[in-house]
Amino acid sequence: MVGHVLSKKLYVTVFALLIALTALTTGVAYIDLGAYNTVAALAIAVVKASLVVLFFMHLKYTPGMTRIALAAAVGWLVILLALTLADFHTRSWTPVPQSWQASTAPAR
Amino acid sequence: MSGAHSGALVAHQFDDAEQQHASASLGMWIFLATEVLFFGGLFCGYTLYRGLYPAGFEAGSHLLKVQYGAAYTVMLICSSLTMALGVRSAQLGKRKALVTFLVLTILLGAAFVFIKLRFEWYGDYLEHIVPAIHWAPQGKALAEITRLGASLNHVELFMFFYFVMTGVHALHMIIGVGVMTWLLILAWRGRFSPDRYNQVEMAGLYWHFVDIVWIFLFPLLYLIGGRY
Repeated sequence: MVGHVLSKKLYVTVFALLIALTALTTGVAYIDLGAYNTVAALAIAVVKASLVVLFFMHLKYTPGMTRIALAAAVGWLVILLALTLADFHTRSWTPVPQSWQASTAPAR
Repeated sequence: MSGAHSGALVAHQFDDAEQQHASASLGMWIFLATEVLFFGGLFCGYTLYRGLYPAGFEAGSHLLKVQYGAAYTVMLICSSLTMALGVRSAQLGKRKALVTFLVLTILLGAAFVFIKLRFEWYGDYLEHIVPAIHWAPQGKALAEITRLGASLNHVELFMFFYFVMTGVHALHMIIGVGVMTWLLILAWRGRFSPDRYNQVEMAGLYWHFVDIVWIFLFPLLYLIGGRY
């Protein structure tokens, strides 16, 4: 036999946690937490995703190479988000030079 | 592992079944990493425009029905459980249990896609909130957009994200159901054994990944800005 066999009980426990967290994330949306609603929603989603990855996808029991693949996925996703948002949110920091404005303005 | 028969289960480029299994698993995870970036581009665009047009995204989210989103989440988590138990049955060589769990997984996945297309999307069409194709919010939808002071164009942009993200996700579900059907045929013919179940496990990894995508889509699309 190859691979790691987990107990049925463990799978059912993880399943119950996922259902409970789904109820929690839905419930939290009905409570006004201001900006923290989004934070709570994302935090719960990350916990749920971690449960799926660790137990349903057996990451906890697989060799290190597999974890590198996951780390690469998350790492590049962070680069994608960080650089794109950094670009858009800093555009207003520096004004567009006069000469450029002149050349991009519609001709009269 | 012993004898010529079980030896044939390991392809000649591998030392043993363990290495073959680790190899398949690594390959699948690398594929899933590319999938993360595939969906990542959409999530990135979503984040950017949600930051630019918060009112439009909140109003758009309020046009969706939370009960659909929550029901899909529960269905997908159930299907992930049946898939995980299916892989376990394959590991233990329980053919009947594997067939049963694959059938349950297929039914849950197919029900997800059916409800999404037949009821939710068709309902959106009837409510005139399908961007570009049938976009003319009225009644309650229009009242909600006006209440939040959102621009119709920004709400339409949100609906584009909603349809493309859930659409691409649904496409992954359809492919997943196809793969599961193929596995079901193989399982029915008794092609899997405790030494040979890599296909079941790798398809399982894909299925769980699609579940994870939905775990993020649900709060990001259906629960923005709260429902209070």
